[in-house]
Amino acid sequence: MSLPFYVSPEQLMQDKAEYARKGIARGKSIVTLEYAGGVLLLAENPSTSLSKIGEIYDRLAFAGVGKFSEFDQLRKIGVRYADVKGYSYSREDVRAKSLANAYSQAIGEVFTREMKPLEVEIVVAEVGDDRLAGHENNAIYRVSYDGSISDHQGYCVIGGTVESLQAYLQANYRSSLPLGDAIKLGVAALERASNGEPKLGAQNLEACVLERQRPGRKFRRLSADELRGILSP
Amino acid sequence: MLVRSKYSGSSFSELLEVEFPHLRFESRLPQALASTGLATGQGPAGAPPIPHGTTVLALKYSGGVIAAGDRLATEGYRVASRDVQKVYTTDAHSLIAIAGAAGPCIEMAKLLRIELEHYEKIEGDSLELEGKANKLSQMIRANLPAAMQGLVVVPIFAGYDPRRRVGRLWKYDVTGGRYEEAEFEATGSGGLYARESLKKSWRPGASREEALRMAIGALMDAADEDRGTGGIDVQRGIYPTVSVCSASGIEEVAPTEIAEIHRQLLDQRRGAA
Repeated sequence: MSLPFYVSPEQLMQDKAEYARKGIARGKSIVTLEYAGGVLLLAENPSTSLSKIGEIYDRLAFAGVGKFSEFDQLRKIGVRYADVKGYSYSREDVRAKSLANAYSQAIGEVFTREMKPLEVEIVVAEVGDDRLAGHENNAIYRVSYDGSISDHQGYCVIGGTVESLQAYLQANYRSSLPLGDAIKLGVAALERASNGEPKLGAQNLEACVLERQRPGRKFRRLSADELRGILSP
Repeated sequence: MLVRSKYSGSSFSELLEVEFPHLRFESRLPQALASTGLATGQGPAGAPPIPHGTTVLALKYSGGVIAAGDRLATEGYRVASRDVQKVYTTDAHSLIAIAGAAGPCIEMAKLLRIELEHYEKIEGDSLELEGKANKLSQMIRANLPAAMQGLVVVPIFAGYDPRRRVGRLWKYDVTGGRYEEAEFEATGSGGLYARESLKKSWRPGASREEALRMAIGALMDAADEDRGTGGIDVQRGIYPTVSVCSASGIEEVAPTEIAEIHRQLLDQRRGAA
């Protein structure tokens, strides 16, 4: 009789984590920055049709790195979650905290139960609304492949090579930057990624903003022309 | 969480049907209504009839399309509300104007907005105007059992078609039948009078200002003849809801501008008398 092959839980989790990290490291990084007028999400993405950043709800945006099919599925799940919640309660009840928690539960469950973990890292960003007392502040949550969740102030980086980007932002980030400066800062940070392009042009960037002053749906995708205008010296 | 969702398409109402049937507004209404007769106002003695919204209209102009509605909701012969909203923005380039049983009407406007938004977010691209109008058709058809019990929803859907660069509008019947109109349409209890008024005033290629005069004039005519249509309430400052939809998006016309047009129309009509 053959004994079932024993693997210790520690080893199993370590292997899964390493597998997920490898998958994520192959992708490019994404920077999320709070700026004067809201929240900016900036990704290195040469594709114009396969987006890494998406709208979730009025004040909520999503960004994902890693395996496209997996994080895009998570994005759609988020849209369904938010729309059902907003339909059954009110539009203001759809918040980043509850969505990020739901993501954390779901991703964590896949990590412990399934053979293959999700090779993704995601960000859920929320822009504050000055007209709603108690909802004035922005919120940025990051959820990793194992379901671990963290909240960030000012900026947040996801992707394979975050250390160099994070160090750069830590040294150069200022609060209340105008949009143009925030984009330039984000691009300079992305250019420090070891697996990215050394010089990023508008055609290699995907930029979206949640604009505080916009009525209703605050998500906006910046056009390549607009980006070119901002990045040209 | 919806990770093990059975539904993977891009329609919000289908998502509700598959995953959250209890949230659908038409789910249990027909049986409940059949047993009470509430909707038609022939319910048990003392049971209040359900509020109904009255006149809405839409017309084309040179830059797109204009939709307008009065503000009155009635319960039988009584006023249910003086400041109901009947024209709703459903997305950046489309509008719905609702007439019929107020509850299901407002719910349908809300649902259509979420439906269009949901599709746009899931697919990363918005539906064609025709596709939006067709989706509304299906929603009205799903409401047919409730409509047969008196909860009729007969909206007008209007919008700017960015592919063809024109304003377009559709009317509907209770079965979800969808008919594109070339010039204008009005529906609700005062719809007939509003249509008669527009028949006289409408002309192709009208400017925004001219079209606004036509729309407000038609609502005034409808309120004049139909007791269910609210006139312009100068005392409380309640003006019709008027929205203009063009290539640049949707503009809700400010009450001050409507008040001014109303005043001019009154002067003109006094002069003519």
